[in-house]
Amino acid sequence: MSANLKPNLARPDDFYADLLAAHEGLSKADSDALNARLILVLANQIGDNEVLRECLKAASLSSE
Amino acid sequence: MTKLFETPLYPYQLSADQKADAPVRHPAVVIGAGPIGLAVAIDLAQHDVPVVILDENDKVSWGSRAICFSKRALEILDRLGAGDDYVNKGVLWNLGKVFFGDRKVYEFNLLPEDGHNRPAFINLQQYYCELYLVERIRALQAEGKQIDIRGGSKVTAVEARDDHSRISVETPDGPYDLEADWLIACDGAASPTRKMLGLDFVGRVFEDNFLIADVIMKADFPTERWFWFDPPFNKGQSALLHKQPDGVWRIDLQLGWDIDKEEEKKPENVIPRLKQMLGEEVEFDLEWVSIYTFQCRRMEKFRHGRVIFAGDSAHQVSPFGARGANSGFQDTDNLVWKLKLVMDGLAPESLLDTYDEERIHAADENILNSSRSTDFITPKSEQSRIFRDAVLDLAEHHAFARPLVNSGRLSLPATYDCSRLNGADVTSLPARTRPGSPAADCPLGEDWLLHKLGDDFVVLGINRDVPDSLSAHGISLKGLSLKGGDVNPFVKDRYLGNEDGAVYLIRPDQHVAARWTTYDEADIVSALGRVIGKEL
Ligand SMILES: Cc1cc2nc3c(=O)[nH]c(=O)nc-3n(C[C@H](O)[C@H](O)[C@H](O)COP(=O)(O)OP(=O)(O)OC[C@H]3O[C@@H](n4cnc5c(N)ncnc54)[C@H](O)[C@@H]3O)c2cc1C
Repeated sequence: MSANLKPNLARPDDFYADLLAAHEGLSKADSDALNARLILVLANQIGDNEVLRECLKAASLSSE
Repeated sequence: MTKLFETPLYPYQLSADQKADAPVRHPAVVIGAGPIGLAVAIDLAQHDVPVVILDENDKVSWGSRAICFSKRALEILDRLGAGDDYVNKGVLWNLGKVFFGDRKVYEFNLLPEDGHNRPAFINLQQYYCELYLVERIRALQAEGKQIDIRGGSKVTAVEARDDHSRISVETPDGPYDLEADWLIACDGAASPTRKMLGLDFVGRVFEDNFLIADVIMKADFPTERWFWFDPPFNKGQSALLHKQPDGVWRIDLQLGWDIDKEEEKKPENVIPRLKQMLGEEVEFDLEWVSIYTFQCRRMEKFRHGRVIFAGDSAHQVSPFGARGANSGFQDTDNLVWKLKLVMDGLAPESLLDTYDEERIHAADENILNSSRSTDFITPKSEQSRIFRDAVLDLAEHHAFARPLVNSGRLSLPATYDCSRLNGADVTSLPARTRPGSPAADCPLGEDWLLHKLGDDFVVLGINRDVPDSLSAHGISLKGLSLKGGDVNPFVKDRYLGNEDGAVYLIRPDQHVAARWTTYDEADIVSALGRVIGKEL
């Protein structure tokens, strides 16, 4: 399996709105904490270390 | 009452070597009577190699230091004749609790796997660990083994020569020299031998200090391991509480980097901290207190000709995960059978290079694990603290996050996967007993498999006939055939998998060398040649 970098969200605008709503009114520290928890929850959905490594690479915007 | 660690156990005595005209040559000299030096010497003596141990001190470890001894260490100690002492005295624990701030975020049960003679871990003060080894040495001496432990003997110079070393020793009666065909340096993390030979010790220092205290509680406290992240009594830092025998409790308090060590160590500063942690009403006596900075580093090579390093002198890890003494015992386990074969002319000297390869692989694994624990426990950047706290917050609510909590990982023995000594494999047999792995224990009626293996080369037949004994390359091998009721579910699960029979060649350190599904003497002879270094 490899990281899916093609469009995969069923309703992208809804997800984006949910994401912003979750952060609404939070302090910078609380937002950072939420993001960290979210990354961990999402990572657990993926489970596969190889795919996660590819996701990390994709997120870092490094070319190779 | 004098504490055990204040009593001389092997006081200095004048030795015959000091009166000799020329330096006396010994087959093996061990520098350092810490747990690892003592274990090396016992193993050598059990193999009938005369051995001299030199230590500048004459007592056991000052304070308890190491407290957790792992299953593999206990199995090795069984072979050295001291396992029962450890287990009878040690504290067994299974329940751990993790606190974050003022909340308990979860608890866990170690639930050790069934079908092993020894538990996953026991807690025991390092001074008992060393005491039992010294007692074992006394027993070996009574049996007539040549094992000489010399206290008050400080090594001041080591000169490594082609086929021996020259060692200078300082004693209350003045200096003398002696020589060793083989020198094993077990002189600890600050190893003077390493320095005298100008050898490197590279790695990472964790910029943090830990106050380590042993207290004697006057009332009962549960036999559990409690670990706090960011507790109210030690804001922004961590803390650990762990039980040892005799009502002694280990307390670790992280202090941070910029502190005055001498100030922090004073009882008038330590006791209020501990009261905050344990509760004002809890009564205790302070047995020992010390402050440590932790490091993870190792030598580039453990073997330098006829000088061999083992234990903390060769590699140092932070204590999270209890890998110091535990891995040091595995060094000795790996080294001594090889050294004995080389001394007897049955194996080429290059066999000792595989001590380097196998134990460096293990040291790297241990350093990796303890560095990761240290990074979790003491986050060094804002972002790593954010993630650490996120894991802990999630762990309170969701099981998935609990395996990410890292307050020290169970010390497990290394599997020497890439070792040049490994022979044939059959991959349909269980992965856990593949060549390079430590043989897994199994019950055999009233007895245990590892006990039966002992420290011989063993041909283990499971539902396969193997001879009771066999001789090849000048070495006698022991045969062990398991059949009928002995092929119990543990043996099947650990050694057969879906196969109906198997043959294993097992090394004297109880690691698997090679395995097959049928018995053929020629296979054994060739795998034995390989494992004693004939193909290096
Ligand atoms: C706070 C703390 C907690 C720990 N917890 C654990 C744990 O739970 N489990 C675990 O496995 N490990 C643990 N360790 C690590 C463990 O204590 C060490 O790994 C272990 O002591 C190493 O044994 P050693 O024999 O290699 O060296 P040491 O125990 O350091 O012994 C070296 C010996 O060499 C002698 N010596 C030094 N220089 C000379 C000289 N010039 N001449 C003669 N003799 C000399 C010294 O007197 C000493 O006796 C812990 C360590 C610390 C500090």
